[in-house]
This record gives sequence, C-alpha cells and structure tokens, in this order.
Amino acid sequence: MKLELRGITKRFGSLVANDHIDLTVEAGEIHCLLGENGAGKSTLMNVLYGLYQADEGEILLDDVVQHFAGPGDAMKAGIGMVHQHFMLIPVFTVAENVMLGHESTKAGGFLDLQAARAKVREISDRFGFDVDPDALVDDLPVGVQQRVEIIKALSRDAKVLVFDEPTAVLTPQETDELMAIMRQLRESGTAIVFITHKLREVREVADRITVVRLGKVVGEASPTASNVELASLMVGRAVELTVQKDPPKLGEPALVVEGLSVIDHIGQLVVNDVSFEVRRGEILAVAGVQGNGQTELTEALVGLQPRVQGSISLDGEVLSGASVRKILDSGVGFVPEDRNEDGLVGEFSIAENLMLDRSNGAPFVKAANVQRGVLEQFATEKVAEFDVRTPGIDTKVGRLSGGNQQKVVLARELSRELRLLVAAQPTRGVDVGSIEFIHKRIVAARDAGVPVVVVSTELDEVTALADRIMVMYRGRIVGIVPGDTPRDVLGLMMAGEVPAEGAAA
Amino acid sequence: MSDPQPPAQPEPGAEPVESTVGGAEPAAASAPKATVTATDTAPPPAGSAKPAPADVEPPSRWATAFREIVTGNAIISVLAVVLALIVGAVMIAFTDERVQEAAVYFFARPGDTFVAVWESVSGAYVAFFQGSIYNFRRPDFIAGIRPLTETLTFATPLIAAGLGVGLAFRVGMFNIGGRGQMLIAASAAGWVGFGFDLPWGIHMIVAVLAGMIGAALWAGIAGLLKARTGAHEVIVTIMLNYVALYLVQWMLRTPGLLQAPGSNNPKTPAMKENAILPELLGPQFNLHFGFILAIGATVLVWWILNRSSLGFKFRAVGENPNAARVAGINVKSMYVYAMLISGALVGLAGVSQVLGTVTTGFSSGIDAGIGFDAITVALLGRSTPWGILAAGILFGAFKAGGFSMQAAEGVPIDIVLVVQSLIVLFIAAPPLVRAIFRLPAPGSTPKRQRPIVTKEMEAK
Repeated sequence: MKLELRGITKRFGSLVANDHIDLTVEAGEIHCLLGENGAGKSTLMNVLYGLYQADEGEILLDDVVQHFAGPGDAMKAGIGMVHQHFMLIPVFTVAENVMLGHESTKAGGFLDLQAARAKVREISDRFGFDVDPDALVDDLPVGVQQRVEIIKALSRDAKVLVFDEPTAVLTPQETDELMAIMRQLRESGTAIVFITHKLREVREVADRITVVRLGKVVGEASPTASNVELASLMVGRAVELTVQKDPPKLGEPALVVEGLSVIDHIGQLVVNDVSFEVRRGEILAVAGVQGNGQTELTEALVGLQPRVQGSISLDGEVLSGASVRKILDSGVGFVPEDRNEDGLVGEFSIAENLMLDRSNGAPFVKAANVQRGVLEQFATEKVAEFDVRTPGIDTKVGRLSGGNQQKVVLARELSRELRLLVAAQPTRGVDVGSIEFIHKRIVAARDAGVPVVVVSTELDEVTALADRIMVMYRGRIVGIVPGDTPRDVLGLMMAGEVPAEGAAA
Repeated sequence: MSDPQPPAQPEPGAEPVESTVGGAEPAAASAPKATVTATDTAPPPAGSAKPAPADVEPPSRWATAFREIVTGNAIISVLAVVLALIVGAVMIAFTDERVQEAAVYFFARPGDTFVAVWESVSGAYVAFFQGSIYNFRRPDFIAGIRPLTETLTFATPLIAAGLGVGLAFRVGMFNIGGRGQMLIAASAAGWVGFGFDLPWGIHMIVAVLAGMIGAALWAGIAGLLKARTGAHEVIVTIMLNYVALYLVQWMLRTPGLLQAPGSNNPKTPAMKENAILPELLGPQFNLHFGFILAIGATVLVWWILNRSSLGFKFRAVGENPNAARVAGINVKSMYVYAMLISGALVGLAGVSQVLGTVTTGFSSGIDAGIGFDAITVALLGRSTPWGILAAGILFGAFKAGGFSMQAAEGVPIDIVLVVQSLIVLFIAAPPLVRAIFRLPAPGSTPKRQRPIVTKEMEAK
C-alpha cells in the first residue's frame, strides 16, 4: 500500500509543529524520517495514526483520501504503529496482548485464545520471530517485547508500519535484529516509516530519507549520504561528529578500584570483583550491553549501592562505605543514567535543580536560608554557558527537551570543583546538536585534569570519547583496551569474548 | 514458509564502515553536498550559522500569567468552593419545607416555588454570613463582628493542623494521624496546664511546648518507622490514632493521671489560669492567643518550605526521592524531620483546643474531628502555607456559620458537611471543575484560536 501525506500542517496555538509536510512512502520501502527531538516527527505520525487531527492537508492511502477520527480508523485502514514505549500489558501473555482491543470470542462469550495463539504463531513463523504466544510479556527481553508490538500491528493486517524511535531501548544486538526484521517486512511488501535520530541506523536500512527540522521538510537524502551531511541537514548547521580532542595529558592514578563487587536488592552479584584505575586527565569509557553491571558500578562509585565489597579510593582517600553526601562533597560529579528518575526534579525550576546537590552549605545556603540572589545569578550564568534553551531560569525542568535537561544536569555537576566525573549514558535520548556540546564539555573536563568515567551502551560514543575502553560483561571486566580499538573487536568483547592480543591496562 | 534462522546475520565485522565517528574523517565538514537535495527555501546553513532556536518564542507575558492563574491550582480551589456552594444551594432548596409545599402546585403557580427557593437559599446563606462574618442585626459593631471572631477561633486549630498535614504532603507523606497527635498534644499540654504551678507566661510556654513536642514525637514514630523499615506512614498514623485514643481514654479514667480528682467522669480538671492562652480581644470574645500562634506557624512553614535549605530538601524528596538521594540528600532523615515538624504543627492544634478554646478540662472528644478536617484544609489550600491559612479560615466559617444556619433557617447542619465534602470532591477532580468552567487544561497549548476567529468572522 502506498502512503502519501500532502501538505500536512498541525498547529498548537502559535507553535507550528508540522508545516506543510509532504511525504510519500511506497509499498516495500523503508522510508526514514530523520530529525532532532522536537522537530515534529512524532506529531506527524500521531496525525497519521489519527491521534491528532491535521489543521490542513490530507492523508492518502493508494491515492484515496482518508479521514481518521482516531487510531481505530487508522488501524482499520491498514496503518500500524510500534511505539517507542511499548503499549503492552506486562501481566498478559503474548497472545492476550495481541488480541487485546479486537478480541474474538467463541460461543458463550469466551475469549478465543486459541485463534490468537495460532495467529501469533503464524506471524512469528512467517518472519522468523521466535516468539512464544504463551510467554508472559513481563518475562520477555525488551527486544522480544518489541516484536510482540510488531506482531500486534501485523495481526491487524497493517500494510503501513510506523516505527517511532524503535531502537532507543534496544541493545546493539537487538538493534541489528530489528534491522533484519524491517528488511524482511520490506521484502513482504510492507511500507515502513522509520523515525529516528540515529544516523548509523538510517544509513543501514533506509531506502529513502526525509529530513525534518522545526516542523518542515528540509530535504531528502539518499542512504549514501555521509553521516556528516545527514547531521548537518538535520541540525541545520555543520556538526562535528568526531570529538576533537588532543592526546591525553595523563597524571597520577586518581580513582583506584580494587576487587569491587556489588550485590543488588534481590541478592544477585551484579558487579563481580572489578579492579581498575583511572588517571587524572583520562577518560575511561565503560562499554557493554545494557544490564551488564555498568549502572551498578557507577552507582557504587557514588555510594548509592548499599551492598558493596572491595575498595574504592580517590587520590588516596577511601570512598567505599561513605555516604553519598560525603562522596559528592569530596569532589565527585555524577551524571546518572536516567535523568528524569535520578538526575532532576521535574517540578523544580532550572535554578533549583542547579543547586540540588549543594543544598547543604556554601555557596547557596547560608544560615539555613537559601541564597536566592546567589542562586539566580549562578543559574543565569550556567544557562548561558551551557546553552540551555529555555524561556528563563524559573522554567520547570520537566518542560525542557531531553537535550536541555541533560545540559542542566551537566551544568550542575561540572560547576563544582571536581576530582572525578562519573557520567552514565550522558547523551541518551539527546539530540545530535546537544550530543556534540555534551561531548565537548566532557572532554574539556578531562583536559582540565579531571579523571572521567563514562558509561555508554552506544559504541559511537565510547569510541568518540574514550582514551581507554573497559568492556563489561555479566558484571566482570572482559578487558581494558586502548581507545582506538576497532568496533568489531569491541563488539566481540561486549559479547563476552576476551580479545586474543592481551588487554592493555 | 518459515525461515528458521533468526535474523542475526550482520556480524560485527560487517559494519566497520562507520569509521566517520571513530575519528577517520576530518571533522567539521562544510555544508552538505551532491547527494543531498535541499527542498526547503532556507538554504542549509554552513558551519557559521547560528543554531536554530529549538524552543519556540514564549507567548506574551500576559497570556502566560493568565494561563497560570486559570490553569493553576489556586483557581481550582476557589471554583471548587463556588461549585460546592451552588450544589449546597440546590440541596438547601430541596430540603426546605416551604419549597416542598410550593412545589406541589408548581404547574399552577410556578412563581411560588421560585420565590420559596429564593427565600430558603438566600435566607440560609444570609444566616451563614451572619453566623460567620458579621451580624448586621446587632446594634453595635462590637456585637456585630463577634461572628468573625468565632470563625477565627474555629479556624485556629484547623490552620495549625492543616499546616502540619500540608507540610507532610509536600514531603510526599500522608499524615492522617492528626487525631492521635492532637490527643497526645492535648494530654501533654493539659497535664502541664493543670498539674503544675508555674509563673505567668512561663507556664503557658511550657504547656504549649509540651503539647507540641508530645505530638511531634508521636508523629515521629511514623516517620522513624518509615525511614527505618519502610512501613507506610498512612497505616502507621491511622493505627497510632487508635493507640492514642485508647491510651488517653485510659489516662482520663485513671485517678492520678489525667482524671480530675474527686470525679468519676473521664475528664480532666480545668486548666490553671497561668497556662491559658490569653484572650486577644477581651472577655466578650472567644478569640485567643492561639490564633496568633497559628499565624506565626503559617509564616514559619512558609519560611521552611520556600526559603530554607531544609524546605528545599523537603520539597526535593517530595517531588522525586530518587533524584534527592542521588543528590546526596538523606531521604530517610528528611522523612523523620518532616513527621516531627508535621506532628508539632498538628500538636499546636491540640494545644490551642485545651489551652484556648475549652479550658475547663477536656475529655477524649477534644480533637473534634479537626485532625481529619485538616486533611481537607490542606488539600483545599494546595499544601501551601497561605492557601492553608485561607482554607482554614473558610472552614472555620463553615463551622461558625453552620450553627446559625441551623438555628435561623432550620437548614440541617448536615448540609454544611455536604458542602465541605463536595469541596474535597471537586478539588480531587480538577478536570471536572475545568470542564464545568471551560478552563484550558494545564500544559496544553491553547487550541481554540481558530474557531474563535471564524466565529468573529461570522458575526460580521
């Protein structure tokens, strides 16, 4: 089925989210919609899916004008959507989730689970998904849950499939598998709209690329375009994808971790006897597939994990066993993995968030009073310095885009006297323009002599930042290798294979 | 038809094309070239171009301010009260006998019904006004203003306890233990009040402090259990209500503890003169110094929440305990501190009851449901100190005016309770209030602009 959007315009008050967007997706084509966060991609897809009504323009399927009052109409017309956040019920089985919303019943009003199971099996077999219809969704890995979403869409005979940032939650392996699935779907004649802001993926699967910026289509590109070309089109200016950095000026070993083990709240050994050191002026990137102990490692470094064995010392000062307060006070900056959950108070203003981890004394607190003048001045400075795009310092952080939120976190952590910076997934869910900025600031911290630990599941980020790379697998260190180690070697290490030519430490 | 091999083909080696990011390509390449066909009118800017503003320019200040008032919480509170009064009016009309009589021949003479409705509703609300604010039937101002002082007297414990509940709300905790905390406060303050002989001034201060500290410790149990063991404060405070109630009842029945000597009633002796909170406006009014303490508590809570570093931590814990913990704030001790302060404030309510309002000795009903009304007050006041002050006074007015409504117009006192409950109901359902008054939802962007324009066009 051929999908055509003609002159779609969607306004929210004075904000024009979509400005006369034209888009044509042929059957058997993967059409990539590329754009920064907030460029209007999701709005466009919500218009397509009937969640929003367009102010102008029309939607055509096989040259027939469609009117979607809601997602139900869109589904009936053959449009399916795989959302970034899965719309699955965790305590239901795969088959139950797939039938949800259009349950068929047998005589007497009983659910016809058998038919649903058969349908799941049929689709699963057709595309080699390997999904058990009776498995509880809760028990499935994220990548498989996503396949359930795809099955759900296909079971309603979707001829046009929209993937809304599908790889944001996936590991590199799962991403590769998803790419393969998308290719298979293309072969079977499905039209695919693939929304993303990750350039590598675009180039890998897209047949055509449409770049959206500030609600407008700014260009079409072929998949042979280079990353730099795509990125500059997307951001509207030239973007440095490589981080400019000089060779490290290594100092003394500052952070020394010996025999560190972490036991999580259900009693599992998530970090297993890990030892490493980071020198002043060096970035150690911790690579690994999500969930191999990196998160717990960073949390242990700042004292957030209650059950820790082994020792952590910074410049000779023992940090293991100290409270979070004491560790932060001794000069450790921490960018947590999930900024909304752990890094920011969404209902607080930017200014308040900037003093969040310095609520105890100078410079923001004097005699139990918050020094509002000092804070205001500080916040104004930092908002300018870190280029946080906001109407003002009193804006609630929850209202900012992901990139700007992350800049607030970074501004807070980097504006203290640091002796160590620990950054977990510093650019997750952040647009390309901000990634560049955040990377520069991290490198600047390194060049100022701060030892830096960066945890990332994005290999691009690891290779861009690292002076040395430490790969973790199942809570253990697979190896510590130089920063210029090729991607394929890192990929193997992330799967747990120890590299042949011994690890340099 | 099945393709058995799972889609895991791309080996790691198959994609070393991506060397661009690895660092092979020269950085900062200039504008896009050949393969990219720009269709936009704006040319893809070169490296020097300023970054496009990601955020749209903010709407005008006036519009923003208006939206904040309209979508903000304060307006919802006010409208909830208005709505509840309207529904209350309907109920007054329906329960009025004259209206019922007139309604029998509604179709013959509908005017009679409307007159009766108007008379009953206006009569009731006029009586309410006279009972709670100013009685213009009295000869002089002093007598006329007495209802207002009654309102403030009733409001005093509601404000204090409301502040306590509201402060706990801001730290993310639900203190429903107001009753127990008030009883403990009343017992401690009362025991000091009747059992000791201390000089004027000192006696009162000691008694007030004893009550507040007692209630603070009582509430602190819940805070400590939450911090140490994760016990939910709702359950703990509810249970502590019963513990306090029966403990105080037992003490009231036991000679030598709280029971008045030589009496068999579960009631304490009267407070000593020195311990009593002084009257503010002379003996003909009931208003006592407790009201000043409640105002002082309001200022204190405002300072704690909005100006102090402790309040900053409180609010951080209330909004996002995870982020607070990561930022080095000791979340557990914040829970304990918050419950201590919350309890002390609720305790002030109990103290003002025994040392100000009922000084002739108290029994176990001294809390008068204030501990629970305080939850309503805190909700209506949106957990902000000044909001709670206003809500407390409103509820004081309900108490004062309710009696005169019943006395003057025969309106059942239950109607007042219904109105109070409806207020909570409406506050708990902001979308309902917004729908009734056609207010825009918070966070949404104004959508109705185009239709309005077309309507204007049609009008011309």
